[in-house]
Amino acid sequence: MRLAARDLGWTTGGKRIVDGVSLDIEPGETLGLVGPNGSGKSTLMRLLAGLAPRPKGTVQLDDAPIETLTRRQVAQRIAFVEQIADTSEALRVRDAVELGRTPWLSALAPFGEQDTQIVDDALAAVDMLAMAGNRWSTLSGGERQRVHIARALAQRPRLLMLDEPTNHLDIHHQLTLLRLVCRLPVTVVMALHDLNQAMCCDRIGVMDGGRLVACGPPAEVLTPQRLAMIFRVQATPLHDPFDETTQFRFRCLEDDI
Amino acid sequence: MTHAAIPVTHVKPVAMWGVTGVAVLFGAIFAGVMIGETPLPPRMVLAVFANRLWDAGHLVDPIDAGIIWSYRLPRTLVAAACGAGLALSGVVLQALVRNALADPYLLGVSAGAGTGAVAVSILGLGGGLIGISAGAFGGAALAFLLVAALARAAGGGSAQLILAGIAGSQLFNALTSFFIAKSANAEQARGIIFWLLGNLSGVRWPDVSLALPAAAIGLLACFWFARAMDAFSFGTSSAASLGIAVRPVQAVLIGATTLMTAIMVSIVGSIGFVGLVVPHAMRFIVGPRHGRLVPASALAGAVFLIAADVVSRILIPGQVVPIGVVTALVGAPGFALILLHNRRRP
Repeated sequence: MRLAARDLGWTTGGKRIVDGVSLDIEPGETLGLVGPNGSGKSTLMRLLAGLAPRPKGTVQLDDAPIETLTRRQVAQRIAFVEQIADTSEALRVRDAVELGRTPWLSALAPFGEQDTQIVDDALAAVDMLAMAGNRWSTLSGGERQRVHIARALAQRPRLLMLDEPTNHLDIHHQLTLLRLVCRLPVTVVMALHDLNQAMCCDRIGVMDGGRLVACGPPAEVLTPQRLAMIFRVQATPLHDPFDETTQFRFRCLEDDI
Repeated sequence: MTHAAIPVTHVKPVAMWGVTGVAVLFGAIFAGVMIGETPLPPRMVLAVFANRLWDAGHLVDPIDAGIIWSYRLPRTLVAAACGAGLALSGVVLQALVRNALADPYLLGVSAGAGTGAVAVSILGLGGGLIGISAGAFGGAALAFLLVAALARAAGGGSAQLILAGIAGSQLFNALTSFFIAKSANAEQARGIIFWLLGNLSGVRWPDVSLALPAAAIGLLACFWFARAMDAFSFGTSSAASLGIAVRPVQAVLIGATTLMTAIMVSIVGSIGFVGLVVPHAMRFIVGPRHGRLVPASALAGAVFLIAADVVSRILIPGQVVPIGVVTALVGAPGFALILLHNRRRP
């Protein structure tokens, strides 16, 4: 599915959170959104998913303007994993993942064998099948995040949006999760804080003050000059001979003054 | 082993549970008709039902027949409808506002309904053009809007909603008392105060034709949106991303809840704790998924209120204890147990 956004904007309390963002997302690509805190990454993702009220600008999913689709039709195409989503209900892991089937079910189309299979696959994809019967309240932060992603996968979306998916995860789970996301046969848009992790994306969009200031392949976009300007850090590219990749090491620019 | 492992969609278990549920409900209604100050034998109850339903022509004392058909049966049916309606209202409010303490009584909806009903019946609001139930609906809707707006303005948290509910309940209860003090004579005042505590004594067949459809509409709405209520588990934003049209679903469900609460309050007064305790108890038994929670709560609410009504009739011989007193006497300790049980678990 191709997503085309034109001149997206969102204002709250007289403050422009997102301003004039135009963006094309190609089928199958993984797009990383980076930017300082409060640069509008989360809001941009909510605008792209049609979840923000009273948006400015247009979003097209293939040839359909998003506002002509019902919420249900959008949810059949786009799954969204929020930064913080918790529940006090005594749900089990499987219950939470089964919620992902909601846009495909109705009172007249109940949960069936095929849905069970999809939920099993989603649980297996995030390595949570063995914990399917565990209660939500007993899960660690990382396990909850993986369940949220399984829930999003069970939605069988064509576009998966993840808002800082590696938050709360230990380094092992961060890496396995990113590997999983990058290998998924769906289009992925994710906000990331770790710039080195963002290097694995096909393209990176850089947000600053609500504007998309750059968008392109990681090596072209994440230059030391741009990182200095936007994140106020000095980035030293280092070469990792293990997999022939470039990683950054960061120092605060203020340290040098 | 886990409740999730039981396939929800298989026809056989669903049909089995459905039949069991209906059987339990009918059993409770039958018991509600039999038991009372004058215990009536089951054969006589069956004979009266047969006479009424297909002119069976059994010989029954007309006084006993009158007690069964005109007094106890409508009363028991209304108790069942009210119990189901109040329990479902609790389920809906707890799901939508994601607060375990949400119920029509605590959020001031019942108090608003009481004020509306009193405004119509005593002040003559609407000049006889609107009925007591319509007045109750207006009061209930106004109370909910006020409480929701106050909670939202105060920051929209869980605690804010409950505090706003307390403020709303106090305000509407005070308005009710004010109307009574201002306009009612001593006889009216006594009747209304007794009614407000929850009272099924005056219930007759016309009340049944109001309460049963209200409960049925509420049950249908809850069934239809059971999956949507599940989707609210992780918040409204999460529900929206799962394809739920949040505003319309909220409007329909809260409308159904307000309607049920208003009609029940206009018939039997405000009865607390059913909407709070029954859904919680059912969550322990059938789990938090609404596909099971909705029918289980409706059934348990109906049976609970029939039982409470029976107790209210036989607790003190020759005297009827207000049913709201009975539900509170059972519900308050029940709720305390739930709180303690919740705390013990990590």
